[in-house]
Amino acid sequence: MAADRVVNAIEVTDLTMTYGDLRAVDGVGLSVAEGEFVGILGPNGAGKTTLLEMIEGLRKPDSGSASVLGLPVWPRNAALLPRIGVQLQASSFFERLTAREQIHTFAALYGVARAHADEWLERVGLAEKAGARVEDLSGGQAQRLSIACALVHDPEVVFLDEPTAALDPQARRNLWDLLSGINDAGRTVVLTTHYMDEAEALADRVAIMDHGQILVFDTPAALVQRLDAPTRITLADGEVITTREPTVEIARLAELGRLDGVQVQTGTLEDVFLDLTGREYRA
Amino acid sequence: MTAFLALSGAILRGFVRDRTAVFFAVVFPLMFLVLFGGLFSDQSVGKVDMIVVGDVSLVEDLPAGADDTFEATFEVTRSDDLDDAIAQVRKGDADVAVEQQGDTLVAHYTRTDPAKAGITAGALQALVDGTNVAVTGQPPTYSLEVESVEDDSLSAIQYYTPGLLGWAVAMSAAFGAAATLQGWRQSKLLRRLQLAPVSTRTVVGARVSVTVAVALTQMAIFIGVGALLFDLTLTGAWWMAVPLLVVGTLCFMSIGLLAGAITKTQEGAVNAANFLVLPMAFLSGSFFPLEGAPQWLQTFSNVLPLKHLNDGMLDVMVRGEPWTAALGPMLYLAVFAVVVTLVAARLFRWETT
Repeated sequence: MAADRVVNAIEVTDLTMTYGDLRAVDGVGLSVAEGEFVGILGPNGAGKTTLLEMIEGLRKPDSGSASVLGLPVWPRNAALLPRIGVQLQASSFFERLTAREQIHTFAALYGVARAHADEWLERVGLAEKAGARVEDLSGGQAQRLSIACALVHDPEVVFLDEPTAALDPQARRNLWDLLSGINDAGRTVVLTTHYMDEAEALADRVAIMDHGQILVFDTPAALVQRLDAPTRITLADGEVITTREPTVEIARLAELGRLDGVQVQTGTLEDVFLDLTGREYRA
Repeated sequence: MTAFLALSGAILRGFVRDRTAVFFAVVFPLMFLVLFGGLFSDQSVGKVDMIVVGDVSLVEDLPAGADDTFEATFEVTRSDDLDDAIAQVRKGDADVAVEQQGDTLVAHYTRTDPAKAGITAGALQALVDGTNVAVTGQPPTYSLEVESVEDDSLSAIQYYTPGLLGWAVAMSAAFGAAATLQGWRQSKLLRRLQLAPVSTRTVVGARVSVTVAVALTQMAIFIGVGALLFDLTLTGAWWMAVPLLVVGTLCFMSIGLLAGAITKTQEGAVNAANFLVLPMAFLSGSFFPLEGAPQWLQTFSNVLPLKHLNDGMLDVMVRGEPWTAALGPMLYLAVFAVVVTLVAARLFRWETT
C-alpha cells in the first residue's frame, strides 16, 4: 500500500552528524510511509535521539537531507510545524502550570480551541488530574500529558522520543494502550525506544540502530523470520526441544498427549540484535 | 496574538505561583524600604528637654516671633529645685536646666549629645540677643530668611524609594530572564517551542512583557507604601520613571540572559545574576548614598547601569528635575542592554550539554 504513495511521510537520505570524534549518526537513510508506526530501537547512545532531532528539524545535519510530508525540515520550516507533533525526551512543560493550563497553552500556540484540548486530556486519561500542577504528576501522567500536548493540534506526523523511559513496568504497559491507538486516524508515528518488547508490540516496522547506523529496518515478524533461529519448545516437565519445524514437532507432541503446559518461544528482536552485532542487547 | 497572550499568561502564572521569586521581587526589597524608611525617618534632632528653675523672665516674656522658634526647639518643664534639676540633666533625663541670676541667663547643660548641646547654646544665645534687641525698641537692621534646598538633604524615604525600587526591578528582571532561560533549556521547552508555529519574537515579547508588568507593579507597590506609611512626596516629572523603569528592565533582563547563557543549571544562573546585581546595588547607591565613598569608587560606579537607573529615578521622582533628566540614563541603559544582549546571543546554546 505504501508503495502507491507518491510522497513518503518521511524521507531521510544519508544523514550524518558528528560530535568531535564521535559519529553520532552515520549515513542513515530511512523512508516512512504515511500512516506507518515506526519504532527506532537501540541501546542508549546509539544515536536515536540525534537522528530524531535532525528529522524534526531541530539540528542541522553535517551532511545528508531529511524531508517530512515532502517538505525539507531544515532550516526551520514554518509551513511544516503545524503538521508535525513532537514529544521531546524531557518533559517540556511550563513551570507551575496545571495539566489543563499546560495543554491550553500549547493549544493556543497552534490556534486550537480549548474544548478540543480538554478532549485530549480526557483521551489520555488525565481529566481527573486536570487541576494538578505538572510538578505533582507521576512520571506516567507527565508522559501522558506530554503526548497529549504533542497531539493537541492533530498533526499528521508525530515524533515521540522515548515516551516510556524512566517509567515502571506497570506505567509502561498502561502507556502502550494509549500509544497503540494514536496512528488509528492515518497518522504517521515515529517512536524511539530502548525496549525490545515495546518496539515489537507497537511498531509496524522496526529500525534497529547501533553506533549511529541503522542495521536493519523491517517488520518485527520479518526480522525474526530472517534470523532463521530455531524454535524452543519447553515442556511441562522442563524438557526443552529445539526445532526448525515447530508445526511438525507440536503435532507430534499432541499425538503423545503432552501439550499441556507447553511454552513455545520463537526468536525475538533480542536474538536479532545479538545476531546483527554479535553481542547481547543491553538497554 | 493568541499565542502571545497564552505565553504571557503561562509565564505570569509561573511567576506568581513561585513564592520564592515573588518574595525576592516584592517582599524582600519592601522589607528594606520599611526598615530604612522607619530607621531614618526622623533625621532631625528631637526637641531639647529644658527645665526652667524658678522665675526666668527671659523665657516668660519672649519677644514676638521668637516664641515659635522657642516652642519648636525646647520642651519645657518647670521646677523650683535647682539641685534636682541639675541632677536630672546629669542623669540625662533632661538636656538643660536654666535659671536667671539678675540679668544673666544661666544654662546648665551636658555635652553628651554634641548636636543638642550646640543647638541649646545657640538657641539660648539667640534668645538673649533677640531680647536685647527688643528692649532697645529699635527694629533690627539685618534679618535672616532660611530656605531648604532639596538635594543632599532629601529625607530618607525620598532617597530610598527610588534606589530600592531600582534594585528590586534589577533583581527581578535579571533573575527572571536567567531562570527562564535556564529552566526552559533544561526541560527542553526552548526546543519544544522551536518546533511550535510561534516566532522567537513572540516568545521573547511575552517574556519581556511579563517582566515589565512585574516591574511596574513593583513601582506601584513601592510608591503606595512610601506614600501611605512614610509621607513619600513625588515631584513633577515622576511619570518619567515609567519609561525609565521599562528601559532599566530590558537592561537587567539582558544581564540575566548573560547569566543564563554562561551557566549550566537554574541555580547557577540565579546565583550568577545575584553575583552581578547585589554588589552593583551597593555600588550604585541603592542602600546608602555614595557621597562619602572614595573618588575612584564613585568614578567606577558610573559604569554600572544600576547607578544610572537610580540617578535617573531620583532626579525625576523626588529631586524635581524636569522629564529630560531621565533621557541620559535611558540612553545609557539602552546601549548597555543592546551590547549585553549581543554578547549573550553569541554565548547562547540551545542545550546544556
